[in-house]
Amino acid sequence: MGTANLREFLAAQEKKSLLRFLTCGSVDDGKSTLIGRLLYDSKLLFEDHLAALKKDSKQHGTTGGDIDFALLVDGLEAEREQGITIDVAYRFFTTDKRKFIVADTPGHEQYTRNMATGASNSELAVILIDARKGVLVQTRRHAAICSLLGIRHVVLAVNKIDLMEFRQDVFDAIVADFKRFAEPLGFTSLVPIPISARFGDNVIARSDNTPWYDGVALLEHLETVDVDTALADQPFRLPVQWVNRPNLDFRGFSGTIAAGRVRVGDRIAVPKTGSVSAVARIVTMDGDLGEAVAGQAVTLTLADEVDISRGDVLAAAEARPDVSDQFAAHLIWMSEEPLLPGRPYLLKLGTNLVPAQVTDLKYKVDVNTLEHLAAKTMRLNEIGICNLSLSARIAFDPYCDGRDMGGFILIDRFSNATVAAGMIDFGLRRATNVHWQALDVNRDARAALKHQKPVVLWFTGLSGSGKSTIANIVEKRLHTEGRHTYILDGDNVRHGLNRDLGFTDADRVENIRRVAETAKLFVDAGLIVLVSFISPFKSERRMARELVGEGEFVEVFVDTPLEVCMARDVKGLYAKAKAGKIKNFTGIDSPYEAPEHPELTLTTAAGDPERQAERVLGFLRQGGYVA
Amino acid sequence: MREVAASFENPVMLYSIGKDSSVMLHLAMKAFYPGKPPFPLMHVDTTWKFREMISFRDQTAARLGLKLIVHVNQDGVARGINPFDSGSALHTQVMKTEALKQALDLYGFDAAFGGARRDEEKSRAKERIFSFRTAAHAWDPKNQRPELWRTYNTRVNKGESIRVFPLSNWTELDIWQYVMVENIPIVPLYFAKVRPVVERDGTLIMVDDDRMKLRDGEVVENKLVRFRTLGCYPLTGAIESDAATLEAIVAEMLTARTSERQGRLIDSDEKASMERKKKEGYF
Repeated sequence: MGTANLREFLAAQEKKSLLRFLTCGSVDDGKSTLIGRLLYDSKLLFEDHLAALKKDSKQHGTTGGDIDFALLVDGLEAEREQGITIDVAYRFFTTDKRKFIVADTPGHEQYTRNMATGASNSELAVILIDARKGVLVQTRRHAAICSLLGIRHVVLAVNKIDLMEFRQDVFDAIVADFKRFAEPLGFTSLVPIPISARFGDNVIARSDNTPWYDGVALLEHLETVDVDTALADQPFRLPVQWVNRPNLDFRGFSGTIAAGRVRVGDRIAVPKTGSVSAVARIVTMDGDLGEAVAGQAVTLTLADEVDISRGDVLAAAEARPDVSDQFAAHLIWMSEEPLLPGRPYLLKLGTNLVPAQVTDLKYKVDVNTLEHLAAKTMRLNEIGICNLSLSARIAFDPYCDGRDMGGFILIDRFSNATVAAGMIDFGLRRATNVHWQALDVNRDARAALKHQKPVVLWFTGLSGSGKSTIANIVEKRLHTEGRHTYILDGDNVRHGLNRDLGFTDADRVENIRRVAETAKLFVDAGLIVLVSFISPFKSERRMARELVGEGEFVEVFVDTPLEVCMARDVKGLYAKAKAGKIKNFTGIDSPYEAPEHPELTLTTAAGDPERQAERVLGFLRQGGYVA
Repeated sequence: MREVAASFENPVMLYSIGKDSSVMLHLAMKAFYPGKPPFPLMHVDTTWKFREMISFRDQTAARLGLKLIVHVNQDGVARGINPFDSGSALHTQVMKTEALKQALDLYGFDAAFGGARRDEEKSRAKERIFSFRTAAHAWDPKNQRPELWRTYNTRVNKGESIRVFPLSNWTELDIWQYVMVENIPIVPLYFAKVRPVVERDGTLIMVDDDRMKLRDGEVVENKLVRFRTLGCYPLTGAIESDAATLEAIVAEMLTARTSERQGRLIDSDEKASMERKKKEGYF
C-alpha cells in the first residue's frame, strides 16, 4: 500500500461510524458463539488467536472437535469451566462500512446487572432466542432492560434454527410471541432474523437453508441500521469535570460535551445558581476552536467571573435543564443487599456526587408481564419506580432526552459498591407542610421595634419588565437605612414553596394565594415585603390586596412595553414561548391585564432602574411607611 | 482522566514507555491543557528494559516538565532475579508485579492509570475502565463494579485503590492511527533498523547489552527488525520488517495476521496466565 493510499484509507477509517451493540439472551442461546462467528467470518482473527482456539476447542469444546467459537470470547477461567459468560466482555471489529464495539453480556439471571451495564453504552441490542425453546423469562427481562436503558433498536436473532430443520413456522411463532410482549417497550426498530451461529446461516450472508426468509443477514443489518440520535441537535450541556486554573490569568471549565453544540459568544447559564455568561474561548491543546459538539472534550472560558465548580452544568441559556432535589426515577437494583427506603446512599449523576435517599418506592415491575407490583424493598436484579430526595439540588434532564444528564448510579456509603442504576423520569415539585403557630407578641410591637410601618410592595408587570431589578435596588437602599425587609420573587418561590404548581389557571391562582398569605405573615412580622410577581390577572391581585388588607398593600405597576421585554429576554423565555415550547406564557399566548388604579406606575420613561427605585422610596417616605 | 484527578487524593500515571503509554500521556496533556497533569508519572523499572526506552523515558519527562518516579524492586535485584536464569515467570512476578505493589504502597497512590486495552487479551476484555483493587492489590473478576454510561464509581476506602484504563476501548490500529495523526513521539525501537539479534526458541531477541549470554550454537546476526510491543529486552521478540516510518507501520499492521502480544513471552507461559497475574496484582 502506498503512502497516498494509506492516507486515503485512514481518512476513510475516520469517517466510518461506530456502532456499539450488545448481545443478550438466555444461558446457552449462543451469544458467545455468535460473536466468535462474526469475528471469524469477517476475517478478523489473528493467526495466533486462531491456533489457540483450535487447541482449546479440542480440550474444552462442546462441538465435537470443530472450532468452538464461544471459547474465543469467554475469557475468564471460571467461565470456561462452567460454560457460561459471567461478565461483560468487549470486542472490537471493523468492516468496510462500520466499526463495532460488541458488549457480550451474561445470560444467567445472577448477572443481569452486567447486562444493564452493557446496555447503558449500546445503541442496539441483539437479543438471542434458542429456536428450540422460544421466548423465555430471561428474554423478556433482557428486552425490558434494553428498553429501560434507552435502547431503541433491537435485532431478534432466532438462533439454532438449524436444529429445527430451518422451519418457517417455528420462526414465525417465536417472532409473534416476542412482538406481543415487546409492543409496550417502544422499540423504534425490531428486526427478526433466523440464524445459526454455529454454522453461519444468515450471519454474514443470506443462507440457502432459509429460502422463505426475505430479510437481510445480521451483519448487513448491523452495517446499515440508522441509530443516530442526533445528540448534537439537542440543547447544549457540559457537565463540569474540572476547573482548570494553571495560573491566576486563566480559569477554564473542562468536561465532555454531553449534548448539543457550543460556539464562541454563545450565552450559557449555570442552572443551579442562575448565573449567565457568554463563552469567551473554546480551548484545546491543538488551538482554540470556534465551535464544539457533543462528544468532544473541551475547556471553556467565560466572559464573566462566574462561580462555577465541579458538579455544575454549563447549559444553553435559552434552554436550561431542570434543577431539583427531588425526582421520580426508574431503578435497577444491582446489589445483593436489598434497597432500604430512607437509607442514605450516594447518588452520582454526571460529575455530581450527593447524598440521596429513596423516599417512596411506588412499585416494582414484573418483567415477565410488565405488571406493577406493590413493594417495600427491592432485591438484586429487580426494577422499580421510586421517588428520590437529594441533600442538594442538581441540574438534570429526563433520561429519555439523554443518558449523560439523566442516568445515575447509587453507591453504598459503607461498602462503596455500586448498588443501583437509575434513570430520571421527571423532577418533583411537592408542597411543604406549613404549620400555624400561635404567637403572643403582635404586629404593632414588632413594627415599633423596627421604626417602620409594615407594608407589601406588590410589583406587577411582564416577564423581563424589570420588577426584580427594581425591587432589589429598593431593598438594598432600605437595608442600608436599617429597615427590615424581605423579597418574595416569583421564580424563587416557584423553586421552593410553590414548586408543586404549574401554569394552568388554577395553579396560577393558588400560586398568588400562597404568596399573598406568605406576604401577610411577613407583614405580621413587621417587615416591608417586596413581592415581585408577573401576576397578570386583575382578580388575582385583588385577592392579594384583600388578603393583606387595605393600607398595607401597595400595587407597583412596572409598565415596560412588551417589545422592550421581548428584546431583553433575559431568561430566554420569550424565544421558547414563541417556538411553542412554553404554553400559557404571559404576553405571548396568555394575556396581561394592566392594573387600573395602581398606587404607583413606573415607566421606562421615568429612567433607569435606579431612578425607578428612587420613586418607590419617595412613595414610602411620603406615606409614612419609613421615617 | 479529569474524573480521576478530581476524585482521588493521590493518583499516578503508570508509564511503561510503550506506544500505549505515549498515547495515554498525550491524552493527559490534552485533558489538562493549558495546565499540566496534576499527577506524576511512574515507571516500574525491571532493569532489563531496552536502553533506548530508558533514554526516551527521561527525555519525555524532561520535555513535558513532568515529575517522574522510577521504582526498582531492590530486593529482587539483591536476590539476583533476572529473566535468563530465573525464568520469565519469576522475573515478571518479582520485578514487575511485586515491584508495582511495592511502589503503590510506598507512595500511597489511590488511583493508577494504565495503558491496557481490552483488545489485547481475553481477560483484559472484561476489565472495567475503573477497576477496583483490594488493599492487597488483588482483582476479583467476579465482583467487579458495574460501569454504566460514563458514570464511574470512584469511591474507595483507605488502602484500597483503583486502576484506571483510559484506553480500554482502543484497538491497536486506533493507537497507531492516533500516533500518526497527532504526531506523538514514540520510542525508535518501533521503527525498523538493523539491530543485533539472536534467534532463540523461535523468537528474535535483541542483544541490548552484555548481560545477555549466548547459548551454544547461537550467533548474533544483524537484521532489519522492529518491535510491535516493548517490554524487557530478553522477553520481547522482534519482527523482521522494513517499516521505518509510521505510514509503513500502519500499512504493515493492516496486513498483519498475528496479534501484537504474540511477541510477548510471558503470555504463553501457561494458559490463562494473564488472568492469574492480574488476580495477583499484575497490571
